[in-house]
Amino acid sequence: MKLSYLKALNRALGDELAADERVFLMGEDIRVAASNLTAGLHARFGDDRVLDTPLSEQAFTNFATGAALAGLRPVIEFQIPSLLFLVFEQIANQAHKFSLMTGGQCRVPVTYVVPGSGSRTGWAGQHSDHPYSLFAHVGVKTVVPATPADAYGLLVSAIRDDDPVVVFAPAAALGVRDDLDFASLAPVPLGVGRVARAGSDVTVVALGHLVHEAVAVAEELAGQVSVEVFDPRTVYPFDWNGLGASLAKTRRLVVIDDSNRSCGFAGEVIAGAVERFRLDAPPRRITRPDGAVLPFALALDRVVQPSRQDLLSVLLEVVA
Amino acid sequence: MTPDSAGLYRTVRLIRRFEERSIEFVRSGEIVGGIHPYIGQEAIAAGVCAALAPTDQITSTHRGHGHVLAKGADPSRMLAELMGRSTGLNSGRGGSMHAADFSVGVLGANAIVGAAGSIATGAAWAARRQGRDTVVATFFGDGAMNEGMLLEAFNLASLWNAPVVFVCENNGYATTMPVAGAVAGSIPARARAFGMPAFTIDGQDPELVLAAASTAVRRARSGGGPTFLECLTYRFDAHHTFEHRVRLNYRSDDELADGRSRDPLEIQGARLASSVVAAIDAEVEAVLDKAAAFALESPHPSVEGALDYLYAMRLP
Repeated sequence: MKLSYLKALNRALGDELAADERVFLMGEDIRVAASNLTAGLHARFGDDRVLDTPLSEQAFTNFATGAALAGLRPVIEFQIPSLLFLVFEQIANQAHKFSLMTGGQCRVPVTYVVPGSGSRTGWAGQHSDHPYSLFAHVGVKTVVPATPADAYGLLVSAIRDDDPVVVFAPAAALGVRDDLDFASLAPVPLGVGRVARAGSDVTVVALGHLVHEAVAVAEELAGQVSVEVFDPRTVYPFDWNGLGASLAKTRRLVVIDDSNRSCGFAGEVIAGAVERFRLDAPPRRITRPDGAVLPFALALDRVVQPSRQDLLSVLLEVVA
Repeated sequence: MTPDSAGLYRTVRLIRRFEERSIEFVRSGEIVGGIHPYIGQEAIAAGVCAALAPTDQITSTHRGHGHVLAKGADPSRMLAELMGRSTGLNSGRGGSMHAADFSVGVLGANAIVGAAGSIATGAAWAARRQGRDTVVATFFGDGAMNEGMLLEAFNLASLWNAPVVFVCENNGYATTMPVAGAVAGSIPARARAFGMPAFTIDGQDPELVLAAASTAVRRARSGGGPTFLECLTYRFDAHHTFEHRVRLNYRSDDELADGRSRDPLEIQGARLASSVVAAIDAEVEAVLDKAAAFALESPHPSVEGALDYLYAMRLP
């Protein structure tokens, strides 16, 4: 059967709620499932397990930390990625730091899920960021699944992890469907990447929806350039061994990253790769522009994001 | 005098002397980075923690030594934590502003003003959901009353009937900002607006604090929801020991003398026979002599372990 990425996330939440009494969901409008992420879960699990919150992001994010300290395993849904700016303190400076600051006296197993990160087309400046690099920078475990199977498996692992984990589900990936049956769904460990498409001339590192774009470009270039697409799945921790194995074959690297350029994910992957591995050509990156804010008008929204055309021309330059 | 009088005096005396000795250790360089002294405010920690059961919990602030000690943390390990030793409550990873002892219900001191109120609310709600009758008291200053996050926590706690006691230690200043220049309207009225009972009490008298806190704790434990206590107090010393060096000038000598004239140590000591006071003073001194020796003799953490405890589940 065809399983969509969004349905896979929903399935993961339902399975974990059923498997572990300590798991509960909280967020805005989650009982009626305004984003569809939590569809059906309130009817199945009730008020105690699926908790609608007031618009009080800072307090309910810390509330989740307190509930975690008391032995529960909260999962928070944030409907838009920019809300993470509002609760960056509560995640990066509170939840993330408790384990070390207390000398290991406690754990904070909270999962933060954003079903609709990046541009949703027409949602403009304050709803279209993709801020995974911020969390990776401070060392919060950060996940960006690309496929329905990974959406399920990585969310399950995030919920079972005893540390805070942020799961970014890119808006452009939510509708991706794969032929899967539910029995094949399984946890996917954090920090282990995968080769989404094998190749031998150049490695493209891509995350989330851009994995599908990169595979499409690789198919387009087949016969001309042999492109390997590496999907790290988690931004932090990053699978350097997996990337190393790919670069040992291709010795060329391109990173496509739907976030801003400075201090971003693409720059980090390139820096890490040149420190560790031998490359035959200067690595390249395709990102949003430095300091970008997504404009509203459709053509402007599109031009700020990395495109297939950008990737195709950069790939041809790197192998030339 | 109540049956708790001697116990309350002991706690006030323990916090007072712990802090005075800590200030000496800041000056001698044994405590690096300084501390935020609680001197003058001890009646609040003593009274509130005396109203709590051992299984109840607290969250604390950057000015947290008093709360942590009053809840029952070992003074030796607390002082070792302030000195960054591996025997400290947090293995030397937290220091003065993050002291935590989960074994006695201290969920941690928190250095972000207003942050812990929502953590306490979540912990209290979760305990109730798991069928435990835990009450959580959360301490914060008057400065936190302007943090939106704390006001959001009042709303969640009241809305969801969380067994929380919100304890506002109104010492008149947020660092150097006087409360009159910072808080519009009234502090307890802000709490009442969220549907919880709020009381203003004399925060210099340990027995009055204990009485008010006991009522609040009973209410929370019996399912009545949160209560707000505004405790009027005065900080005798600096905002931070660094202030001694920069010589900030924001309080007049008259005001300081007036504030210090209502000393919780004297108020509570006057309720006891002088022989009882002398015995407690001697006992506290012995405890702190032992704490100082323990802390000074304790090893510094090994630098190889600087990032130990960062993740509960290690990175691959």
